[in-house]
Amino acid sequence: MTQAMTGARMVIQALTDQGVDTVFGYPGGAVLPIYDELFQQSGIKHILVRHEQAAIHAAEGYARSTGRVGVAIVTSGPGATNAVTGLTDALMDSIPILVISGQVPTFLIGTDGFQEADTVGITRPCTKHNWLVKDTDALSRTLHEGFHVARSGRPGPVLIDVPKDVQFATGTYTAPEAIRSRYQPGTKGDPAVIAALAQAIETAERPVLYTGGGVINAGPEASRLLRDLVAKTGIPITSSLMGLGAYPASGERWLGMLGMHGLYEANMAMHGCDLLICVGARFDDRITGRTDAFSPQSIKAHIDIDASSINKVIPVDIPILGDCASVLTDLLEAWEARGSKTDRAAMSRWHAQIDAWRAQDCLRYKGSETVIKPQYALQRLEALTKGQDRYITTEVGQHQMWAAQFLGFEAPNRWMTSGGLGTMGYGFPASIGVQVAHPGATVINVAGEASWLMNMQELGTAAQYRLPVKQFILNNERLGMVRQWQQLLHGERYSQSWSEALPDFVKLAEAFGAKGIQCSDPDKLDEAIQEMLDHDGPVVFDCLVEKHENCFPMIPSGKAHNEMLMGEAATEQAIEAGGAVLV
Amino acid sequence: MALNIEQGSTSHSAYNLRSTFSDVEERHTLAVMVENEPGVLARVIGLFSGRGYNIESLTVAEVDHTGHTSRITIVTTGTPQVIEQIKAQLGRIVPVHEVHDLTVEGRSVERELALFKVEGQGEARVEALRLADIFRASVVDTTLESFIFEITGTSDKVDAFAELMRPLGLTEMARTGVAALSRGSAG
Ligand SMILES: Cc1cc2nc3c(=O)[nH]c(=O)nc-3n(C[C@H](O)[C@H](O)[C@H](O)COP(=O)(O)OP(=O)(O)OC[C@H]3O[C@@H](n4cnc5c(N)ncnc54)[C@H](O)[C@@H]3O)c2cc1C
Ligand SMILES: Cc1ncc(C[n+]2csc(CCOP(=O)(O)OP(=O)(O)O)c2C)c(N)n1
Repeated sequence: MTQAMTGARMVIQALTDQGVDTVFGYPGGAVLPIYDELFQQSGIKHILVRHEQAAIHAAEGYARSTGRVGVAIVTSGPGATNAVTGLTDALMDSIPILVISGQVPTFLIGTDGFQEADTVGITRPCTKHNWLVKDTDALSRTLHEGFHVARSGRPGPVLIDVPKDVQFATGTYTAPEAIRSRYQPGTKGDPAVIAALAQAIETAERPVLYTGGGVINAGPEASRLLRDLVAKTGIPITSSLMGLGAYPASGERWLGMLGMHGLYEANMAMHGCDLLICVGARFDDRITGRTDAFSPQSIKAHIDIDASSINKVIPVDIPILGDCASVLTDLLEAWEARGSKTDRAAMSRWHAQIDAWRAQDCLRYKGSETVIKPQYALQRLEALTKGQDRYITTEVGQHQMWAAQFLGFEAPNRWMTSGGLGTMGYGFPASIGVQVAHPGATVINVAGEASWLMNMQELGTAAQYRLPVKQFILNNERLGMVRQWQQLLHGERYSQSWSEALPDFVKLAEAFGAKGIQCSDPDKLDEAIQEMLDHDGPVVFDCLVEKHENCFPMIPSGKAHNEMLMGEAATEQAIEAGGAVLV
Repeated sequence: MALNIEQGSTSHSAYNLRSTFSDVEERHTLAVMVENEPGVLARVIGLFSGRGYNIESLTVAEVDHTGHTSRITIVTTGTPQVIEQIKAQLGRIVPVHEVHDLTVEGRSVERELALFKVEGQGEARVEALRLADIFRASVVDTTLESFIFEITGTSDKVDAFAELMRPLGLTEMARTGVAALSRGSAG
């Protein structure tokens, strides 16, 4: 169980024992011993990114698409500070990743040594937990504990800072089996409260399930149970941006995404329901709108593994602290044991009401024969990739919302997006992480040109490893989401929201040895998308779209769910003093 | 069985008694048992500053050397909902083992220790000594122009003593912050 070896060797041994097959990273002085060990083995594949931020997002993409802990290695000082955005992103979206950072040798800590930064201090608020390891004997234990913390309870990023002398020194390696962590968050919900929810389901006349990223975090079993619950009870279901795919978009009871850019039927159902069952979602302000007008008539139940998510923004009546999969199992059992009852008559009136809302066709947009509408581009992408082994990542902005509205997800772990932090530059490196984890799959990053430029250096990574990631850029030559807000809330003063001096994306791709495609003609779009999909290598697709399209429906900040803007005609109503101060 | 659910229940019970979303500010004393590892105090303080919570008093010391456990006592104010959030947020810090809200978990004892330097001569000096006696403060240092008093008591008592000493020549003060334990036997 225990064995003497150097700290650097221990890092490799611990990763191997934790089943890690891939790490994303970038070398530097303070991690040279670890890179030396990487060189001398073949079990773990190292993907050399072009910027440490990208290493973290790639690890996030890897983690979200596999359900396993993503791993990244960065050097001290600038390597570690470059990781901060990615760590914060993973913290906000509850993504399990483990980052190993190099540090100056212990005897130089505190002396402003070369490339010294207080990495544990800087990353304390943006990790679930972090450690500075000053003793080689403690290194393997800390690494195993790091994996355990990253994936247990509410998942999140952890960082382990390893001084260079600790990497060189010899110590005792301990295998994971020999370690018992004190950190053991509970997963089982209180049966009495679960029974109360089962009872509420029996009598509810207008119930709704509002699900989120927690269902994805809980693993595929939770999605299966959720589908089972919906099939058996007939409860209509909506999801946050983070939970798409847990329930299939083709499912009978699917309402589509809810929230600021969610579907009319989903938001109206939230507003009108009498029983709201939140499963692994956190009542984000993109969801609730005005909190005092949020779902005013409902009894609210909330299943969440993190006590701090419950009653944080919205007071709930039936709080259930536990893991989604465990609680859904118990809930189904309790409800079935009580006779599998629902108020069928009321439920069919509720379904009819929802159908009436759905008939509004809230995603309707004005088509064009001359320019490509972004929504149309996504509809075509959807049609041409339907049924394929497909993974989607996105950047941040209008294109992200359109992707959530117009692409359908049939399974969990197929949709990777930066929700909580809204990090432009996330999508491209995330697509690399996903492709590395799923070499044979179709991996597409739906991007805006501005976001994509934030991590475009990763074309080098994609080209080097021949990763056939498809960069589907909806190029409106605008910071579209910013422009939309300026139009609606800032008197059409378009301050700094143009994408000036854009590169020739086709030539840019070619400069890296990738394929570039440009398309501006709706008639040629299918052919061009097919060409992108057929190419066995990285592709940058410059899709020139309508420049001034707005993303609807939209609930302006500070408005209630039933005060949604439905289309261009309604935009004047948005401009109101109070809303502009919110983000 | 009738469903009896109250608005504003907490994460611990569906049938809670206090309205979590009241806007009345409350003062709570929390005892937080933590793993005595580097950075743990910074985590707790960072949580309060990062999320905009109040700290009225904070004390920390190792209480179990072999078990590597420290006890952090925090006095904080906030609405019931904020207090619940603070407890939940503290509870999810990885090296935090337990969070006790001494204010709601039954009766507790709170004490603070303070040192006061009072400078003066003549009548004021005599008056300071007389008041110290009433407050059971003891003299731990004395010169011809000054005293240092040591006082132990609740924060209110220490505040009251400070008020009285101010006109009598209070020049410096050091306070430990609150230490607190619940009454009766443990567990
Ligand atoms: C430009 C932009 C626009 C946006 N617009 C929208 C919008 O219109 N609609 C929308 O929905 N979002 C939108 N978002 C995303 C939004 O900001 C939030 O990221 C998102 O709503 C949060 O999703 P969630 O509630 O599912 O929580 P997550 O962040 O996924 O959190 C998961 C929750 O589940 C819990 N959990 C984790 N694991 C488990 C488990 N195993 N068991 C039980 N519980 C668990 C966690 O404690 C947490 O409370 C937008 C983002 C951007 C950038
Ligand atoms: C790193 C970062 N900086 C700034 C923002 C603010 N922001 C949100 S959306 C957006 C515009 C995005 O433009 P683009 O990528 O072209 O997408 P579009 O909205 O046009 O689809 C900006 C600047 C952000 N989310 N992230």
